[in-house]
Amino acid sequence: MSAIQVIPLNWYITLSAILFGMGVMGVLFRRNAIIILMCVELMLNAVNLSLVAFSAHHSNADGQVFVFFIMAVAAAEVAVGLAILIMIYRNTKSTDINFLNKLKW
Amino acid sequence: MIQLAWLIPVLPLLGFIIIGLAGKKLSKALVSAIGCGSVLLSFGLAVGVFLELKGTVQTVHVFDWITAGSMQLGFDLLIDPLSALFLLIITGIGFLIHVYSTGYMHDDEGYGRYFSYLNLFVFFMLLLVMGGNYVLMFVGWEGVGLCSYLLIGFWFKKEEYNNAAKKAFIVNRIGDLAFLVGIIMIYMNYGSLTYSEVFAKAENNTTLFNAIGILLFIGACGKSAQIPLYTWLPDAMAGPTPVSALIHAATMVTSGIYMITRSAIFYAPHSAEIAANVVAIVGVMTALFAATIGLFQTDIKKVLAYSTVSQLGLMFLGLGVGAFTGGVFHVMTHAFFKALLFLCAGSVIHAMSGEQDIRKMGGLKKSLPITHLTFLIGTLAISGLPPFSGFFSKDEILAHAFEHNKLYWLLGIIASMMTAFYMFRLYFLTFHGSFRGTQHQKDHLHESPKSMTIPLVILAVFAIGAGFIGLPDKKLHFLDSFLQNTYKFGHANRWIDAQKDFHSSEAYLMAAAVGLALVSIFLAWSLYKKRGVVPVDNESEMGKPQRVIYNKYYVDEIYDAIIRKPLDKISEATYRFFEIKVVDAFVNGVGNMTRRAGEGIKYMQAGTLGFYVFAMTIAVILIFIIKVF
Repeated sequence: MSAIQVIPLNWYITLSAILFGMGVMGVLFRRNAIIILMCVELMLNAVNLSLVAFSAHHSNADGQVFVFFIMAVAAAEVAVGLAILIMIYRNTKSTDINFLNKLKW
Repeated sequence: MIQLAWLIPVLPLLGFIIIGLAGKKLSKALVSAIGCGSVLLSFGLAVGVFLELKGTVQTVHVFDWITAGSMQLGFDLLIDPLSALFLLIITGIGFLIHVYSTGYMHDDEGYGRYFSYLNLFVFFMLLLVMGGNYVLMFVGWEGVGLCSYLLIGFWFKKEEYNNAAKKAFIVNRIGDLAFLVGIIMIYMNYGSLTYSEVFAKAENNTTLFNAIGILLFIGACGKSAQIPLYTWLPDAMAGPTPVSALIHAATMVTSGIYMITRSAIFYAPHSAEIAANVVAIVGVMTALFAATIGLFQTDIKKVLAYSTVSQLGLMFLGLGVGAFTGGVFHVMTHAFFKALLFLCAGSVIHAMSGEQDIRKMGGLKKSLPITHLTFLIGTLAISGLPPFSGFFSKDEILAHAFEHNKLYWLLGIIASMMTAFYMFRLYFLTFHGSFRGTQHQKDHLHESPKSMTIPLVILAVFAIGAGFIGLPDKKLHFLDSFLQNTYKFGHANRWIDAQKDFHSSEAYLMAAAVGLALVSIFLAWSLYKKRGVVPVDNESEMGKPQRVIYNKYYVDEIYDAIIRKPLDKISEATYRFFEIKVVDAFVNGVGNMTRRAGEGIKYMQAGTLGFYVFAMTIAVILIFIIKVF
């Protein structure tokens, strides 16, 4: 029995929920686009954590495969997101999302 | 040979496909060769079938066609004496008209298109006649209607011609509906549509026979131009003249007669008295009515058109009084002399550079000798003078009518008297007297090319001689003995007026008919030849009755007033009420509602990213809550 299976499943789920909640809060209440992006990553990784935990608990590799996919997609997303951020910064000299209010009715 | 009968309709169809697809790339000579050749081959096959048939009834099963539930319909061709006779008429006269067309249409830009339509026409007509069940007949029936539409509107650049084509199509549709209902009634009551099965099951049932008979007859009224659906035929003169010949002689209008003769069992004078009398009365009224209109027409083709309507009326009179052989006999003789007359008229129009008004013709005897002679033969035949073919067939119908009801006979003989008068009026005005056209037309006068005159001569020979296959005596009436098996088929012969031995009372009737015809010819001669009267073209100079007849009794105007205008009014009213207030309102309402809703809630999209994210999160949480609880 490896170390990861020794810790009870509930602990993982609780930790994952806390991380996810932190991510949501960050996205909702921060105005800096970089931090928002980081919070999105945090939410993704919270999910990853619970997937890995379930995978270990059931001794089934499916969850880990999902995690790999999510990590690959997240990497791509970050690349695009940061590129957009750079463009925003060049145009507004700021990363504050409250300046991004031109697109409306 | 009979097993090859399926080739008879297929050959013209192939001709249609080849010319229709490649018509523009083929040379005119090749188009003519394919167009005429396919029909000629069919004619050869038809002769072979006719000779081999020897009056028996044969069925050729081509393939299984419709199998649905209890209904089994084969693509069966029925070859019996009746259809064999029609095959000969259609392919034989059809071929002559094709040959004639190569001359008549020579300079037309739509040469290929014309021949492809012509072949299609022959195909559908052959299908109509050969089909072994009512559905196949209906397919041919509709196809013939389509082709008449295409050919009447052949010169589609003229608005007027298009309207004539549409009129023919729509008026025919009215009849077709009744025919279709009749077919459905037959299926509901006898559970089959194959002739042999239907006629075997059809037992004396007066009400049913009357209902089916009248419905089928309304269908025949449309195709065969009887009151009240005859108005399309005179207008159908818009098409090229050989097409008129084809429609009036070999195809289309004879299909009604064929259908009624085929369904003879439903018109048995003793069990389906009402249906038979309706046929006879409508027939004789049409004969009389159209003949009166023919008296005052001034367009050479219109006169012939009304004479066709009138002759068809006589045929229906024959069918209505049980003289089925007489009706079919008259179809045959009429096919010869009417095709002849129309083709002669075409030759005249050709020589006159397109002029159709007989008031502008006259004295064409010298420049068109062959046309003149053959036209005279056709006129004598239609007037019913012995020994020309029309005499025998008309006499047979009138003799049967006399036995059945003296009034029918009287009206019939008045109609044929008028026929003799207006046909000779046409003849004298066109070929005698002095020329009344322009100098330019006069210089241009010429006899038509050989491709046009040879069919005229052949048809003239038949117009003289075809009557001898039906001499008015039981033993000498070859056509009647030939057709016997058609009537036995389904026991219709139990009710049909049998051919009788010749007796003296028929001789009196003949003498009366010939005498009256001679009187009317004399009248026409003294008026239009001796006194040289030319019909006035100014309506105000006409007497009132003449003006009414000249305008065709205003029938078109009456139909316009009682059918088209009320329909127009109704659709106008429903347009105002239903279309605008209901349909439009609903469609516009949906659009307006969406637009207004968008107008109201667009302010939520204020550009604040924080709010968007917040809304999204709340929404996800809400969905989660709803999903879980």
